[in-house]
Amino acid sequence: MIISESKLNLWSKLGSRATFGQALLLAAKDNPNVLAMSADLGNSSGLNPFIRKYPSKFINVGIAEQNLIGVAAGLAKEGFVPYVTSFAPFLSMRASEQIRMELGYMQFNVKVVALGSGLAMGFLGNSHYGLEDVSVMRAIPGLTVVSPADCTEIVKVVQAAAHHRGPMYIRLTGGVNNPIVYKSDYKYELGKAIKLKDGDDIAIVCSGTMVHRSLQAAAELAESNIHAEVINMHTIKPLDTAKLEALVASGKPLVSVEEHTIIGGLGSAIAEFLSTLKKHVPHKIIGLEDKFGKTAQYEHLLKLHGLNSSGIANSVRLFLGNL
Amino acid sequence: MKQEYCESRLKKIASEMRSTMIEMGYACGTSAHYGGALSMVEVLATLYGSILNYKVDDTRWEDRDRFILSKGHGVLGYYAALYVFGLIGKKEIESYQQNESEFIAHPIMNLDFGIESSNGSLGHGLSFGVGIALAAKIKAKEFNVYVMMGDGECNEGSVWEAVMSASHHGLRNLVAIVDRNSMQNDGESKDIMNFHSLEDVWRGFGWNVHSIDGHNFGSLKDSLLPMPNTSQPTVIIANTVKGKGISFMENAASWHHNTLTQKTYEQAIEELRLDNYDNQ
Repeated sequence: MIISESKLNLWSKLGSRATFGQALLLAAKDNPNVLAMSADLGNSSGLNPFIRKYPSKFINVGIAEQNLIGVAAGLAKEGFVPYVTSFAPFLSMRASEQIRMELGYMQFNVKVVALGSGLAMGFLGNSHYGLEDVSVMRAIPGLTVVSPADCTEIVKVVQAAAHHRGPMYIRLTGGVNNPIVYKSDYKYELGKAIKLKDGDDIAIVCSGTMVHRSLQAAAELAESNIHAEVINMHTIKPLDTAKLEALVASGKPLVSVEEHTIIGGLGSAIAEFLSTLKKHVPHKIIGLEDKFGKTAQYEHLLKLHGLNSSGIANSVRLFLGNL
Repeated sequence: MKQEYCESRLKKIASEMRSTMIEMGYACGTSAHYGGALSMVEVLATLYGSILNYKVDDTRWEDRDRFILSKGHGVLGYYAALYVFGLIGKKEIESYQQNESEFIAHPIMNLDFGIESSNGSLGHGLSFGVGIALAAKIKAKEFNVYVMMGDGECNEGSVWEAVMSASHHGLRNLVAIVDRNSMQNDGESKDIMNFHSLEDVWRGFGWNVHSIDGHNFGSLKDSLLPMPNTSQPTVIIANTVKGKGISFMENAASWHHNTLTQKTYEQAIEELRLDNYDNQ
């Protein structure tokens, strides 16, 4: 599929969830075994166009996330490729033991699509935020964990997932009017990080909505003559260790940026790998503090937690200043 | 393929299964789950002996009936059934609870031996069975899905999520069996979490309910096939005795999970020998 400029503009306006629905329509066209499933959040998952087009390929299990995973695993055993949706904490934590047994241990080919992860749920509050989902999911053996950078990458990931045999956790961040990282079509491969910008002074490794903010931060830093390389580490597990090894070889200090607690997410995954290398570079993990914070509009929260572009740029300056 | 029902044959098989279990449990040298495995012997003998459609030489046959042991701790009875019906061999039996074996205290999925899923954590199997039954319905396949559960397992909330979804999706090809031996790890089920009427609860969710003597082959044969004129799933509440067949294990919470000594092993084998003699 060739992605046109008008398509990626439309997806950005629609936001992560509606784009997921569009992406699944495309995936179902290619693969007759694709199913959509939800725990009473079909509508909120952008699945209405899918349900209209393929009413018999949508299965609602009601508000029962544990059953959602179990039923999806049974369908996957018989050859279907279910994409299951709910909000990030309800899947990654309420149903985490089902994901562990059915998808990790037994390796059934189910794609878990976590909606509204990070802080995107705004005034719905901490009950709905995806603060710790990556740490929980990443700890389960055999699960691929992906956090797409923008809406175009959501389409890429949903398609890649249909061709990838194995369970996946797909973390959707951001809301509507999701900032555009990719302005034209590009090559996407699961597990292969993408360098978006060169820079000699520091490397910023990021995922999800933090990719666009990090690119903006890099532009701000360039004004003060700090040149940052920016890497989109969309696949958090398995991590692109070859890319990280090359970064370390270059000797540049490194920051990781994620819309997730600093415990157990992308930053931790990077630190775990760096600890195995002989050569070391300074590494700072930028993310959410280890606490349940205040509730506010999404952009306000990003600013509050230093995860907007100037917040990231400030953290980088502080980090470099202390080296 | 399915064999003709023959009560005397099933009786003999049940006895052979119990002996196999005691031999396996004693040989492994460590503790094993006996009580909840012995209670479901007649159910498994009837299923594998005259209900399930399967091929010993083609365990991946697409149209086979699927059996899921949701009460994974009953695996000793399951291995004994797989052995007696020729799905696993002596080598597998002898590897029970040996280091790095695939035959441990809970099933590990292995289609080569007809083991459809990995279990051990309770409250998973019925959801999984719902998914398989739904897949069969979507693909217009004729096979049935059997999920073996425990009455203690029904404490798990996830069981009821699965129960309501099976009924909602009209899965007549799904048969759940609750091995109601009325005991669980900490003692008698009525003292730990009293269901009052398990039958009414399942019925209330729209299931066809049979409440039968789970050691009676005739009742089992009559209730284990999905009912002909229904769109709903069926549950068999099999009223059983925990530890059935070994006097000192019957209704004894201590034999939920325990170790056989040489003395208790010899007593168990002698009891089974005499019982088998009575059946001749």
